[in-house]
Amino acid sequence: MLGYILRRLAGFLPVLFVIVSLSFFMMRLAPGGPFDQERALPEQVRANIEARYHLDEPLWRQYLRYLGEVAQGDLGPSFRYPDRSVNELLGLGFPVSLTLGLCALAVALALGGTAGILAGLRRNSFLDYLTMSFALGGVSVPNFVLGPILMLVFALGLHWLPVAGWGTWRHIVLPSVTLGTFYAAYVARLTRAGMLEVIGQDFIRTARAKGLREAAVVLRHALPGAILPVITYLGPASAAILTGSVVVETIFSIPGIGRYFVGSALNRDYTMVLGTVVFYSVFLLFFNLIVDILYAYLDPRVQVR
Amino acid sequence: MRWKPTLAVLVVLGVACIASSLAAQEQVFRINNMVEPESLDPGVVTGVPEHRIISNLFEGLTTTDLKDLSPRPGMAASWAVSKDGLVYTFKLREARWTDGKPVTTHDFVYAWERVLNPKMGAKYAQQLFYVKNGEDYNKGRITDFSQVGVKALDDRTLQVTLRCPTAYFLDLTSFYTLYPVPRWAIEAHGKDWVKPGKIVSNGPFRLVSWTPQRELVLEKNPRHWDATRVKLQRVVFFPTDDVNTTFKQFLAGETDWVPQVPTSQIDAARNRPESYVAPYLGTYYFRFNVTKPPTNDVRTRKALSMAVDRESLTKFVTKAGEIPTGTFVPAGMRGYEGVRGIGFDVAAAKKLLAEAGYPDGKGFPKLELLYNTNELHRVITQAVQQMWKDHLGIQVDLVNVEWKVYLSRQSSLDYQVSRAGWIGDYVDPNTFLDMWITGGGNNQTGWSNKRYDDLIARAACKIVNAKDRMRALQEAEQILVVEEAPIMPLFTYVNKGMLSRRVKGWSPNILDQHPLKYISLER
Repeated sequence: MLGYILRRLAGFLPVLFVIVSLSFFMMRLAPGGPFDQERALPEQVRANIEARYHLDEPLWRQYLRYLGEVAQGDLGPSFRYPDRSVNELLGLGFPVSLTLGLCALAVALALGGTAGILAGLRRNSFLDYLTMSFALGGVSVPNFVLGPILMLVFALGLHWLPVAGWGTWRHIVLPSVTLGTFYAAYVARLTRAGMLEVIGQDFIRTARAKGLREAAVVLRHALPGAILPVITYLGPASAAILTGSVVVETIFSIPGIGRYFVGSALNRDYTMVLGTVVFYSVFLLFFNLIVDILYAYLDPRVQVR
Repeated sequence: MRWKPTLAVLVVLGVACIASSLAAQEQVFRINNMVEPESLDPGVVTGVPEHRIISNLFEGLTTTDLKDLSPRPGMAASWAVSKDGLVYTFKLREARWTDGKPVTTHDFVYAWERVLNPKMGAKYAQQLFYVKNGEDYNKGRITDFSQVGVKALDDRTLQVTLRCPTAYFLDLTSFYTLYPVPRWAIEAHGKDWVKPGKIVSNGPFRLVSWTPQRELVLEKNPRHWDATRVKLQRVVFFPTDDVNTTFKQFLAGETDWVPQVPTSQIDAARNRPESYVAPYLGTYYFRFNVTKPPTNDVRTRKALSMAVDRESLTKFVTKAGEIPTGTFVPAGMRGYEGVRGIGFDVAAAKKLLAEAGYPDGKGFPKLELLYNTNELHRVITQAVQQMWKDHLGIQVDLVNVEWKVYLSRQSSLDYQVSRAGWIGDYVDPNTFLDMWITGGGNNQTGWSNKRYDDLIARAACKIVNAKDRMRALQEAEQILVVEEAPIMPLFTYVNKGMLSRRVKGWSPNILDQHPLKYISLER
């Protein structure tokens, strides 16, 4: 197992190298630069700034410089926020995105898992249709619609929760529900499908024949098999959900890293764009690895070598 | 028993989710600043949101009057100006930094050197180009800073020599680029010097905490010379950038001031008592590319400008009380009479277009109108597109691009007509007019006029008499907006925001600047 993990980790390096290189050059192909603004800078002032950030050097040298810095774990200064480095901004924002992501995942698994199991067990019943209709709705309603609706109802209408911001548990509720609903809907559909596949199999009939309580049959015997597709899905989904959502973080004014993904690209904040790309790639690679390891643990047919 | 770990994970997620701290409630002024400040370093920043914070953290030689924004004493208790308007001698008051050190003239000299030093790469270095040799030092033409026109005669007397008599220099000294900065803190902490715990400042408020994208908190600085006037104990700035969210936050009572209102909510906002609208020192206009047909013909440009009904545009499209205008300099500048801009006149527009070779718009080449992604720009360009079609019979295509592409296309003259906006730096017509000189970095139309350049240059340096200077600027504006029309002004911007009725000592003004030291909250 350890050998397998080490081999996979070694495989990350070339992948990351390709991602960083592609992003570096693609970013530079975009029109405009980090210091273009409504009020044009005097030539000399612009030249001074570009010299300060080494943007006056040939591209290949900037590229090598960047690779060297990234290899040492330094993602460079932020052009947009000159007092701060990219490492610092990601370091400050990530715990926030992570907290929100965990809450959203909790919502997704709790709601989606329960709905999926119930729907799977009562196939073609009213309950099945009801939960699956909700799931369809959850997938279809974009979070930039759901978020403001929740705000209107629970913050402006009922005054139960704050509109936006960050700091107390009350700030977390609406964004986690907004972010989690989409994933809950997916999880529900996957769990239901998994449940339907497993519930008809021989070992479930055996378990029932042994006289086990239905709850034990479902939770102990059927569920581990039924959630395998969910686990597969959760790998990349967790990477996405834990590194922050642009839309939800913007709507609810949450100081996470999600908003940097789009904002930095629009601002041509080169180092920040690359920083978020590197960060997200590493996250995604690790989560896929974790999923593969989990698979081996949950499904005896899969062996990690 | 494999479902147990799953359940355990769920429980852990749930607990991790709820585990959070509670923030204490107290009486504070809560401002929605609309965006995360890029920096708190007075020498680095260029934006309005930064100004809202930094102008309360630091203080320059002068401050601004609550009502009309005219210069008031700040760090300088008094000043004298030489007869030729070139030499300013400031007498500093006895004032202290937050760490107890006295504020001296050397702090100003250090700050100005820092901004002008090419290595610093300060974006707003041109704010100090008014000072003698400031520009040359920034361009590296001279390297000896003692040749630049700022001298500490002693710890409390600062002498500034200007390149040209600058009527608005005392307005500039209240601007953050010219604030003093603490050399010892910068040398000790590098770029971290503006962070909580390290920052040393000299304004009526001091920094308590700053969490990016979340909040920034100031509290009253008891060491400030004017501290007895300051009523607010704490001020919180939120960087929420989604205008719909900021509006809802205000309605829910989570903030006391939000300086913007979403376009879609204007009607709802204006029906509320907290809503306010005030003219702003900014003009919304279109640029014409004068290097390419058909807009290289002045008759075409004038026809396009005359065919726009600015009254209807502001009444039915922008709706927030914007002031329709045909001039580029907003009304209400001290001492400036202004000119009569091009107005709505369909018959004259048709006649001009026919003279240009396109009777009733026949044969008019394809015309593209460039704008950047924004709800307001979209509706405005659509309205103008329709007016041009109705009144002149010409078809215009709207081209929507994202911000940086828009900027780059505009500066490389890769457009035909383009929407634009300009916000003045200081209350003088010059901030609207000197940008249109030949080759000016913000001209971006390809337009050039010798007589215009001369008038601007004379107003900047040769004319000392204030009335004559204004007359020269007026003549220049006449060329710009009436005779040559490389641009087409549409309306004067307004500040449109929401202010809690608890807030006192707040006065609407054309720069939307509201010094916190005058503000108090009613319970």
